[in-house]
Order: sequence, then structure tokens, then C-alpha cells
Amino acid sequence: MPDQLLFAIEVTLNGLMAGVLYALVALGFVLIFKASGIFNYSQGVMALFAALTLVGIMEGQVPFAHLINAVFGTELHHFGWHVPALAAIVLTMVVMIALAWAVNRFIFRHLVGQAPIILFMATIGLAYFLEGLGDLMWGSDIKTLDVGLPQGINLWIDETTYEAFGYGFFIDNLDIVATIIAALLVAGLVLFSQYTKQGRALRAVADDHQAALSVGISLNFIWVLVWSLAGFVALVAGIMWGAKSGVQFSLSLIALKALPVLMLGGFTSIPGAIVGGLIIGVGEKLFEFLVGPLVGGATENWFAYVLALIFLVFRPQGLFGEKIIERV
Amino acid sequence: MFYREAGEFRTSYVEDGQTFPIAFDRWRYYAVLAVAFLVVPFVINDYWVNAIFLPFLIYAIAAIGLNILVGYCGQVSLGTGGFMAVGAYACYKLMTGFPDVNIFFHVIIAGFITAGVGVLFGLPSLRIKGFYLAVATLAAQFFLVWLFNRVPWFYNYSASGQISAPERTVFGIPVTGAATDAWATYLFCLVFVVALAWIARNLTRGSVGRKWMAIRDMDIAAEIIGVNPLTAKLSAFAVSSFFIGVAGALFFAVYLGAVEVGEAFGIQKSFLVLFMIIIGGLGSIFGAFAGAAFMVLMPVFLKNVLVGGLGWPTDLAAHIEFIIVGALIVTFLVAEPHGLAQLWRVAKEKLRLWPFPY
Repeated sequence: MPDQLLFAIEVTLNGLMAGVLYALVALGFVLIFKASGIFNYSQGVMALFAALTLVGIMEGQVPFAHLINAVFGTELHHFGWHVPALAAIVLTMVVMIALAWAVNRFIFRHLVGQAPIILFMATIGLAYFLEGLGDLMWGSDIKTLDVGLPQGINLWIDETTYEAFGYGFFIDNLDIVATIIAALLVAGLVLFSQYTKQGRALRAVADDHQAALSVGISLNFIWVLVWSLAGFVALVAGIMWGAKSGVQFSLSLIALKALPVLMLGGFTSIPGAIVGGLIIGVGEKLFEFLVGPLVGGATENWFAYVLALIFLVFRPQGLFGEKIIERV
Repeated sequence: MFYREAGEFRTSYVEDGQTFPIAFDRWRYYAVLAVAFLVVPFVINDYWVNAIFLPFLIYAIAAIGLNILVGYCGQVSLGTGGFMAVGAYACYKLMTGFPDVNIFFHVIIAGFITAGVGVLFGLPSLRIKGFYLAVATLAAQFFLVWLFNRVPWFYNYSASGQISAPERTVFGIPVTGAATDAWATYLFCLVFVVALAWIARNLTRGSVGRKWMAIRDMDIAAEIIGVNPLTAKLSAFAVSSFFIGVAGALFFAVYLGAVEVGEAFGIQKSFLVLFMIIIGGLGSIFGAFAGAAFMVLMPVFLKNVLVGGLGWPTDLAAHIEFIIVGALIVTFLVAEPHGLAQLWRVAKEKLRLWPFPY
């Protein structure tokens, strides 16, 4: 096979892997949007916050050390212990659930019935708040996250493809793990929403708030549940991206990567988020590979949006979104 | 006490449509204008102009522009930063390309160029609605910033990739460049603010504005009663982009002087202006001013209290500032989703009845 084609195949495969990670973030958006109609801009910052908390707990950092030092003139930094990865993940999950409860109790319970744009602005406010809180709690330096996931080039794929085509594909182990975990996560979510009582209640709320209320489903509980689920998805996304490129502020920008995925797949569709993620992942990598060098590179910043925009002109509700019915 | 009136006696349509139907309000408005033009220029110094007055005036223009699109026409846009960049770069190219023309005209032409770009990116709004449109406007934001970063023609092939404003004068007084006086830049922006606010107010209360509001309230119903959605939506995009382009041109030429596009006109700027109109109040010109004042003053205030007053390190203060900004936005939305303009309206109604509310 010609080299160009092999390159293109490699780029496509890597695009698929990147798309899985986009889909992971988009999934958090879809969960909350379906259940409460809130377009949660803070999903990316939640991923950052979860990753920061995870690193902080694992390293045994003192929360708010910087603030305490400034106020009391002490020199606190670390407790001096290290928490094993699994225990730290569980503890982080507890923090995310507490966050989900607080978000509902103090923000969205007061905003029931407001226009969607107001809810959206509230989540941007929440994003600012969490960003400041994460930095204040754990410091704003770049941290490395190591929960024991394999990293580096997958030698088996490299060697096999080298023997078959005379050119070894470069595929990161971490991406493969991420793909598997994402698949498990989606399968878990589907099973949860199809076969458990809470999952069914969740779908009922997503379908019709008032009907769900009238058959005795607690909206408050469901909203905390769905924000916790989104927090869990954010944690998984935070671990993956954090392991890939370090835990730092730019992690929160993955939310901006997930938005075109959402547009493409439709705001209300879980399969849409996944298919959209894959299309965007492959599309932007291939475009950068084929057209990028001609126009000066760094097309990844906007290509996803323009692609989604073109799709939307033909299908205004996204690929899998619910048909928009308008009446006067 | 403040409002000495006995009932409302409007006998003609013109009287009913007045911007300031109450004489007291009208006189206060003239007083504010007089202070802004005749008193403030003589008492301000460089710090006040650069920290408060210039950003306030320029953001007020941008906020009015975005308010026309979001508050009056109901088309949520997150592309403000990108459109401000168009205004800034158009102004830069005009300033360097036609140095003999007055900068006043450069800024206005930059506004018209931005209006054209805005119409182009407004076209999808005919098909796409709601949040899908909001996210679609992000395409404009990212594409435009990328374009100005990557195409050297826009920054005249300068080595740093920055654009910096050459010195230009109005009536022989420099308003851009290094050697400007505080009062000159202030007055230059103030003229634009007053003129544009006047235009915006008169557009929104006329037939154009009523068409926008009909589209905002329900676009299908508006179409049925004879509002053409194509012209209504695109005219909103054009007018809004014109305002935002003028704001971008002033932001670059008068306020910052030198600009790196990703830093000055990034997505943060889009959110900042959106915050201004939400906190100020959607669909209100006064709200745009109130929101701009709030978002400009608050960081200055917090910085002075935390760093200047308590002596905390600046990075810590920056984190706390984020927390407080976020918390304030949420608190505001919970307490008064219709913004400062609504608070103002309520306060005014109470004052008019005071001290005999029944």
C-alpha cells in the first residue's frame, strides 16, 4: 500500500481514539440536558475539578493550603501520606456527589422554570466558581496524574502492522484503555437506565417532568442523581485527559471540544454523542492531515464547529436529536 | 419625594412613545450627559481612564450590540469576541492603508465591515435555533480568531503577529498611539457611546425593533403576521455586529493600542459581554450600561480590597476573584433573573409611589 494511504489510516485510527474522549465529555452534557433541560457548560470544569481533587487526594495535599498559609502565616503543604489510586477515586466520587447535591440545593432548585438561557448562564457562573475553587483548594501548578494506566506506544500493534504493511502504526496504549473504559461506561449507563428502578425514573423525568412528578418520582433526587452521574463521567474524562496531558487549566477547555460533538449528535441522544464524537475526532484529524498544511495548520480549533454547522443546516436537530416540532 | 407627579396624562402617540416620559427622568438624563461631557474630562487621570472609563464605555457599546441580538431578537450568540476581532483588524488595516483619512471614519467603516461578516455568520440562524445556534456561533468565534492568527496579511506581516495602533489624531489631538491624553481618548469613546446608544434606542422602539421582538417572542407566529424572518434576523445580526465591530475597533485602537488576537478577543470576551447583558438585563439599553459598569468595576474593586487592602498574594486573589465572580453571577440569577434593569424599574416604581404606596 502507498505510504500516504497508510498514514491516512493511522490518522483515522488516532482520530477515532480522540473521538472516544470527546464523546466521553459530550456524554456528561447529554445526561444533564436530557434529565433537566440544563445546558451544562461547566462539564469541562467539572472534569478539571475532579482530576485536581483526585491528584490532591492521592498526593495527600492539604486543601486550601495556600489560603491557610496566607491568612495564618503557616507553612502547610502536604499531610505526608499517599492514598492508593482506587481509594482516591472513591473519595473523589464522594466529593463529586457532594458537589452534585450542593449545585442542586443552592442553584438549580431556585431556578426552576426559568428560561434556558438563564440556566445556561448559571452553569457558566458555576464554571467560574469551580475553576477558582479547584485552584484555591489544590493550587494552580500543572500536576501529573498517574493512576497506573498503561502509556506509550502499543508495541504489539506496531509490530503486527509492520509485518503486514511494512509500516508500524503508532497507537497509544492509553487511547486503547480509554476506548475500552468508555465502552464499558456507556454499556453501564445503558444497563442502568434500562434495568434499574432509578434508571427508569431518570428516563421518565427526561421524558416529561410533570408526568414523572405525578406518579411520585422525586425530581430533587433524580437531579442530584443525574448530576452525580455527570460528575462520575467527568471524573472518568478527567482521569483520561489528565493522564494524557497533565492536570492543568487547559483540561477545562475540552468542554469546548465536546460542544460540536453535541451539535452533530443532537443534544438529547446518547448514541448521538458517541457517533458525533467519532465523526468529529476522525474528521478533524483527517482535515488537519490533508488540508492543514495548505492553510497554515491548527485547523483543529475550528474545523469541528464548521463541520457541525454544515451538518446542522441540513438537519437542525442534529443527527439523532428529537425532531423539533413547533406550534404557534 | 423625588418624583413629583400626579398621574399619567398621555394624549398623543408621540407622548406615549417617549424614551423618558417622566420629566424628572429626562432632566436626570441631561444632567448625566452634562457631567459626562463637561465635568468628567477635567477631573480624570490616566489610571481612571484606563482602569474604568474606557473599558466601561467600550464594553457598553459591545453590550448594547449583543443586547440587540440576544435581548431584542432572541438569537443567542457566543461569537462576540470574534466579531470584535473583525472590527479591530478592519480598523487596523484601514488605519495603515489610508493614513490620511480621519480615524473617526475608520472606526465607522470597521463597524460596517463587521456588519457584513455578522450577516454572513447569521445566515445559519434561519435554519438553526436555540442552543444549537449558540454553539454554531462559536464556529465564528474560533474560525475568525484562527484566521487573524494565521493569515499574515491581516497583521501586515509583523514579526510578532501582533497589531499595534499607529498615532492618529482628531482635530489635531492624538487619540491613538503612545502620546494620548486621558481626556481625549475618553471623549472620543464617549461620543461613540452616546451616538450609538441613541441609535439603538430609536431602532428598538421603531418598527424594526418591534419586528425583532416579534421574532424573539415566537418566530413562527411573527412570520404568520407578516414579519419577514430573513430580513428581521439578518438585520439584527447586521446592527448588532456593527455595534460590536465599533467596540472592537475602539478596544484595539484607543484602549489597548496593541493586540494579540487570541488573548484580547478569545472566547472569554464573548462570555464577558454575555454576562454583562444577562446581569444588566436582557432587552434593555440601560441594562447594557449597568451590566458593563458592574463587570468592569467588580474586578477592580476586588483587586483593590484583596491585594491592596488585605495584602494577599496576587495569584491567591485571582483565584478568589474567580470564585466571587462565579458566585455573584449565580446569586444574581437566583435573586433577579431579569437583571439590574429590572431592579431599577422596580425601585423607580416604588419611588414614584413613595411615601403613599396605596
